[in-house]
Amino acid sequence: MLAKSLTRLSVALIFLFFSLSAVWAEANPIWNQASSLFKQASFDKTREAADMLSASSDPQAPVALKALLEGQLYQHKQNDSLAVLTDTAALDASNGQALSAVNKDDYRKIPVNNTLRKYLRSKLGGLSLSSDDPKVRLASATGLLETVSPEQLPQLQDLLSKETDPQVKAALQLAIQLASLNSSDKAAKLSAITALDGNLNPAVRNKLTALSTDTDPTIAKAAQSTLRNIENQVALNGQLETLFFGLSLGSVLVLAAIGLAITFGVMGVINMAHGELIMLGAYTTYFIQKLMPNYLDYSLFLAIPAAFIVSGLIGILIERTVIRHLYGRPLETLLATFGISLILQQLVRTVVSPQNVPVSNPSWMSGSLEINSVLSLTYNRLYILAFSLLVFAILYFVLRNTNLGLQVRAVSQNRAMARAMGVRSARVDALTFGLGSGIAGVAGVALSQLTNVGPNLGQSYIIDSFMVVVFGGVGNLWGTLVAGLSLGVINKFLEPWAGAVLAKILVLVFIILFIQKRPRGLFPQKGRAAGD
Amino acid sequence: MLMSQILKNDRGGQIMLAVLAAVLIVVPILNLAVADTSPLHVPTYLVTLMGKYLTYALLAVAVDLVWGYLGILSLGHGAFFALGGYAMGMYLMRQIGDRGVYGNAELPDFMVFLNWKELPWFWQGFDMFWFAMLMVLFVPGLLAFVFGWLAFRSRVTGVYLSIMTQAMTYALMWAFLRNEMGFGGNNGLTDFKDLLGFSLQSDYTRVALFIGSGLALAIGYLLCRYVINSKLGRITVAIRDAESRTRFVGYKVENYKVWIFTFSAMLAGVAGALYVPQVGIINPSEFSPLNSIEIVIWVAMGGRATLYGAVLGAILVNYAKTLFTGLMPESWLFMLGALFVLVTLYLPRGLAGVWAGLKISFGRKREVAA
Repeated sequence: MLAKSLTRLSVALIFLFFSLSAVWAEANPIWNQASSLFKQASFDKTREAADMLSASSDPQAPVALKALLEGQLYQHKQNDSLAVLTDTAALDASNGQALSAVNKDDYRKIPVNNTLRKYLRSKLGGLSLSSDDPKVRLASATGLLETVSPEQLPQLQDLLSKETDPQVKAALQLAIQLASLNSSDKAAKLSAITALDGNLNPAVRNKLTALSTDTDPTIAKAAQSTLRNIENQVALNGQLETLFFGLSLGSVLVLAAIGLAITFGVMGVINMAHGELIMLGAYTTYFIQKLMPNYLDYSLFLAIPAAFIVSGLIGILIERTVIRHLYGRPLETLLATFGISLILQQLVRTVVSPQNVPVSNPSWMSGSLEINSVLSLTYNRLYILAFSLLVFAILYFVLRNTNLGLQVRAVSQNRAMARAMGVRSARVDALTFGLGSGIAGVAGVALSQLTNVGPNLGQSYIIDSFMVVVFGGVGNLWGTLVAGLSLGVINKFLEPWAGAVLAKILVLVFIILFIQKRPRGLFPQKGRAAGD
Repeated sequence: MLMSQILKNDRGGQIMLAVLAAVLIVVPILNLAVADTSPLHVPTYLVTLMGKYLTYALLAVAVDLVWGYLGILSLGHGAFFALGGYAMGMYLMRQIGDRGVYGNAELPDFMVFLNWKELPWFWQGFDMFWFAMLMVLFVPGLLAFVFGWLAFRSRVTGVYLSIMTQAMTYALMWAFLRNEMGFGGNNGLTDFKDLLGFSLQSDYTRVALFIGSGLALAIGYLLCRYVINSKLGRITVAIRDAESRTRFVGYKVENYKVWIFTFSAMLAGVAGALYVPQVGIINPSEFSPLNSIEIVIWVAMGGRATLYGAVLGAILVNYAKTLFTGLMPESWLFMLGALFVLVTLYLPRGLAGVWAGLKISFGRKREVAA
């Protein structure tokens, strides 16, 4: 390892900046002293230097100590300057600036032994616990939880009294409680057990599990009951997580189905190419990202309108050329649009590639929102859940409160009467179909963030989408929303005991049986619009 | 005579059956009696290919019966076909005996692979041919009966029913993909050795299967014709054209629907059972919704509510598929897609409709001339 990095470095070898190191040596007496101590190459002196560095308030001190611990702190053989050398970087230890030309042969590694390592670790822990940055303090306090011992209690208590940040404070308190669990004082132990009730941190659970078989029956009993409470809460959080996964799956179903709720539900057109319109939306995302590789974080905002336009226009094209001739013949529409779906799939396969294409997630969608230590919600699923609700709200608004929406509803309820009132029904048909298709494209943008984007993307959603619309009740946007979310939740709650595939099958069977009982779905249309 | 009664006013059917009879006599002779070197020799792979088309044709007839005459667009007939195929496949699996890779006389290879110790209950009896054949009819029939009984009684019709049938086959596909189901999971059933003791590789078995498929098609066709010509058939058409009126006249619409649907599913099952030994494999992809929709386009292409049109459509479309997936694999889906669109837009009555149209215009011209 070292030999490898040595050769790698010596290939890129140039000479050193003596003058520069001379300047800092004068500027900072601590580093000067430290390097002279390190130079004596004895473990005691190294320890002394480490003490001195950790006592100083120099911001580079912890970095240097950490490097020392990991065997990455080096001293120059001629000018005694200190440097942190890793495989990939060379930094001046005293100011953290990059050294531009380094030959590792000119340096001597500062040796450490196990005693020293242990000492350094505790020093570093204390050092970062008293760091100025609350994030560093929090990280080191959290890191302490698994290994905290009663000996650290006074130090922790001291730190707690000085702490101002509430998060760090909580972590320190937890550390103190955990430390008291290890103490020999029974009363302290018992009060710590009571205080830990409801804490979901895995370190607490580990410790309590160990204590629940304690030789002292009172302690064992207390630990058991606290552990039971905590486990109940963990289970509850698990249920919440399943609910979230279910809602997330449901939101995807809603997104995929909501365009269909317009074309199928409102217009009565069976559009089997709906899935392919979703797929085109996903591919639009891919192409937009390809066009602006330097602005990946913002590409989605451009992809959403672009996908709406692409899928919407193709939808209008399909409506004008094919579906228009087939109104009132739903089964024929089904076959013709299925043909279109095959053509679109093969088109993508031929023009782009039969393989999946990579679509990247913008950075603001990665990561997760931590509710507590056992429940965290990933941002991409959260955003897509919010996004599907937003799309639903916009669509609902368009259909309820705009002129187009009024005309769409009029034509779908009574075409002849609407025409008599001056509604240009052919234009409304095209626009409605375009709207539904455009929404499919927008769904594709969202799906591109969750699943693989390939020619078969649409196929895997088309049947599910129809199930959602039929289950919710045709012609009812609310039905689609409720149906999509509830099917998602049912699916995810079935999964733990039935497995993913069986859960899917059970949901399908459930819908088939449900439709037998209520052929018009959850929210059937009432009155004249129901027709027959 | 019964035959002439059945085929009365069915010129297309008469021609179709005559051609079928000729093919069933000529092809085996050209395969078995004519030497390999002769240009007239029909290679065995072609015989099997034609046998496969004939099973497809029977499947198309089954779909045409429910779609053309009953007005139910089933997007799940592939499921009945596949179930019949699985029943046959299970019999063929049991016939392998200890010639499998693991040499287990009792268990098929995939079960040994899954570490199963004994045959599951639903595999019992499939070592007997008569039982397997019974299941070929019974399993698809039962599924169709239960599904139809539920769906028709609660008056699920039209597009809803189509989507439900699609969901049915989709759910079955996922179910058969599971290894735990005990049907070989993703790989399905394959590596068959022999049928009733005859090797599936031999030319004679292949020709026999070809003839069997042809006969099944002929019998299935005549049965469907018989049903349509009967009083039952009139009611069926009445249901298709005016369901509510038929109901109010006093017919139990759902009963008629269930029985026709079940009968059609059984025909599809028989087609599947003849298909499997000829192609040598049955796997869950047969359940895929795409397959079921393809059947519908065969019927639409040939012309629905003619029966012989379904046969014609199935054979033509599948011949085109074989041809083009071989020549230009990229283009086939384009062509199939275009076929769907063009047939529904410009040939609503299919090829049979074109023929009928020509006949009418020709007849008119003659009248004018006279």
